Amino acid sequence: MATAVVETGERETYLNREYGIKSWLLTVDHKRIALLYLMGITFFFFIGGFFALLIRLELLTPAGDLVQADTYNKLFTMHGQVMVFFFLIPAVPAVLGNFLIPIMIGAKDLAFPRINLLSWYLYMIGGVLMLYTIMDGGVDTGWTFYTPLSTEFLNTHVITAGLAIFVAGFSSILTGLNFVVTTHRMRAPGMTWNRLPLFVWAHYATSIIQLLGTPVLAITLVLVVCERLFHLGVFNPALGGDPLLFQHLFWFYSHPAVYIMILPGMGIVSEIVCCFSRKRVFGYQAMALALLGIAVVGFLVWAHHMFVAGISLYAALIFSLLSYFVAVPSAIKVFNWTATMYKGSITYQTPMLYAFGFIGLFTMGGLTGLFLAALGVDVHVTDTYFVVAHFHYIMVGGMVMAYLGGMHFWWPKISGRMYPEGWGRLAALLVFVGFNLTFFPQFILGYMGMPRRYWDYSKAPEFQILNVLSTAGATVLAIGYLLPMIYFLWSMRYGKPAPDNPWNAAGLEWTIPSPPSTFNFDEQPVVTWEAYNYDEISEEVPVAQ
Amino acid sequence: MLDYIPFWPTRASTTANNVDALFIFLLVVSGLMVALIFTMVIYFAVRYRRRAGRQAEQIAGSHALEITWSVIPFCVFMVFFGWGALIYFKERTPPQNAAEVYIVAKQWMWKAEHMEGQREINELHVPVGRDVKVIMTSQDVIHSFFVPAFRIKQDVLPGRYTVAWFHATKPGTYHLFCAEYCGTMHSGMIGWVTVMEPKDYEAWMGGGGNQPLAVTGEKLFSELGCVTCHRSDTQGRGPNLVGVYGKPVMLEDGRTVIADENYIRESIVDPGAKIVKGFKPVMPTFQGQISDEQLNALVAYVKSLGQPQTGQTGGKSLAAATP
Repeated sequence: MATAVVETGERETYLNREYGIKSWLLTVDHKRIALLYLMGITFFFFIGGFFALLIRLELLTPAGDLVQADTYNKLFTMHGQVMVFFFLIPAVPAVLGNFLIPIMIGAKDLAFPRINLLSWYLYMIGGVLMLYTIMDGGVDTGWTFYTPLSTEFLNTHVITAGLAIFVAGFSSILTGLNFVVTTHRMRAPGMTWNRLPLFVWAHYATSIIQLLGTPVLAITLVLVVCERLFHLGVFNPALGGDPLLFQHLFWFYSHPAVYIMILPGMGIVSEIVCCFSRKRVFGYQAMALALLGIAVVGFLVWAHHMFVAGISLYAALIFSLLSYFVAVPSAIKVFNWTATMYKGSITYQTPMLYAFGFIGLFTMGGLTGLFLAALGVDVHVTDTYFVVAHFHYIMVGGMVMAYLGGMHFWWPKISGRMYPEGWGRLAALLVFVGFNLTFFPQFILGYMGMPRRYWDYSKAPEFQILNVLSTAGATVLAIGYLLPMIYFLWSMRYGKPAPDNPWNAAGLEWTIPSPPSTFNFDEQPVVTWEAYNYDEISEEVPVAQ
Repeated sequence: MLDYIPFWPTRASTTANNVDALFIFLLVVSGLMVALIFTMVIYFAVRYRRRAGRQAEQIAGSHALEITWSVIPFCVFMVFFGWGALIYFKERTPPQNAAEVYIVAKQWMWKAEHMEGQREINELHVPVGRDVKVIMTSQDVIHSFFVPAFRIKQDVLPGRYTVAWFHATKPGTYHLFCAEYCGTMHSGMIGWVTVMEPKDYEAWMGGGGNQPLAVTGEKLFSELGCVTCHRSDTQGRGPNLVGVYGKPVMLEDGRTVIADENYIRESIVDPGAKIVKGFKPVMPTFQGQISDEQLNALVAYVKSLGQPQTGQTGGKSLAAATP
């Protein structure tokens, strides 16, 4: 591999330091690994999105007329599995977290660069297994793998799907481990815990969940595979097992997994809101503690997915109560973001539009979560489109909004290029409108009683009009998601070169060139300021829009 | 009034009214919250937009404010919790003298069996104005019994009973959905619940010489040889079952359990699981030897042994209950 390109007169960056496929596949640079992840998760995002569009098209008419019942069941199963395990969970930590955490704390790389590369390979192996599962006929367990349906009654690729998620889970564990150690051991002099950007705090809290929760999912999937292969009798009552045990184990991970998805998003939004309000974050300590609070209490609420599953009355009461506890730190965060804007000096660049979208949609997703935690109401709306709408408001309205906001915010740093601001704003608007049009009608559908995972609702044609609206929204949403991919790719070649600090933002990542050099900092930075020291930074935005 | 709101689902049970009331309360409170937050975000975004000559004012935060907007929401949440829990308690506690219907779910149909012996598939006929308890089990995977007009839902599990109840308030025909994904034709596992005026119901019920469930159970009880050990005196090798239903039972390991439907069921398919004090684990298992319908009949029979001698039914029948 040729190494130096200094002769061209260009500054050496992590992008042009080495060329060739090998320099990427064997890289231990956290920034390059972040880009490898970016390609993987973008690919799976569009696969999962394609399944979603087919689902919406099928539901345009009450009759099951576009695809077969089995095909439909595979579509929603694989939509869920691909989106949850291969997009939502890795997206922000593995791409933005990977790229930014070492830079934000003033380090040259993560604590374990090789393990970082290993975790990308594990993700890809899991991804290939998932692709094999899809190509070879798919799987139709629902992303939740409920037993005994998944262990005894289906003849699809349950084992390879489970294995794919098992392997990808180790990627998640290793990323979490890397972030925890990095945050503890690699901070620059002066970068105390009280000066960490909230983005880092958010990833720290997320990593703890990844480390403690993911192994439980791995064990559960192994048990599912064992019951399928050897009729072990763990979950199947016909063999002496207990199907509710599966649900407890599954949700013990899969509820905290929601916080794996949303906490990093909260970190992003904190960075963006501060920057475009030119303000210190309102209540730094409360914001950091709220992140940890959500991570800890989030482990104690899993059985709220099981209020009608046959758990005891008193267990249901406890889990309902604890679910309300976890809502308090979320409320603090929303109010504190809003308060951060108070008396700010606010501009509406693309990342800020996504942050506005996040606050609005996360608020609605969170509030509808309160409906679901209310036992009496949950009985009616659980397993209906109300739940589908609720978790899409959190995961898509919240997490994907934040992810796109973060991508726009740091794209100049990552690529060294500016994206076209006008297109950026248009896409943000399309995503917001398309999202609400797609998912708001589903709240109503759910209260009307439309169950999830229905391929055919011809006996209940009263559901059609809202489904038509939802499908129309999905089309707008799809365009909103395609646009950024197109103009990000375009900007890599034609975009204006990005200055080091296009937003005049606070944070160590904006003190180094765009794109950064391989080892981030030429000399060890020493931090003498608090996070979000916007009082010390000029308001001028170099890139006038 | 709700009937005039577009898309508002029909209310046809007492539970539906309770659930709707809390739902409306939740809608109002969260509507206010959304309005508050959206107004603040939009107002701040416009009022404090960047203008020449104005600088952002740095504010570190305020614990007083943070405590305010943690404690107030928390108190509101506790109202949600308490109200929701009250409704749930009622939903999960069938009234003592509710009429009973047995339901067996399988891929992909609902089979209902009334105490009088009437059987239906993907249909359930019930009279208006009566408490009805459905005792459900599944032959294969997990299903979920969901009647939106009643606002009730209960998962139906293989290998055990789960119970739901309702008190229909309005005659009509309502959707019965399976709400737990159960394989290929999940969306085809649907039916209708027909709520009828008592006289129409009686006419429907009188439709043919069916054998009451408890009588079927009694026949099975002797055909399967249960009667040889479970005698109605104290001399049998198994416990006397008269009056056992609903009563506490002392076990060999010192525990005490209530003899509910699940206990009776378990004692038939897995007799070794809970041995009654003073008896030996000699009973063979009937797992796999009898169908879920036969199990229901046996359970209904054992329950009828505890009843005053009204004749045939175990558990209150819908017909006997109608005025």
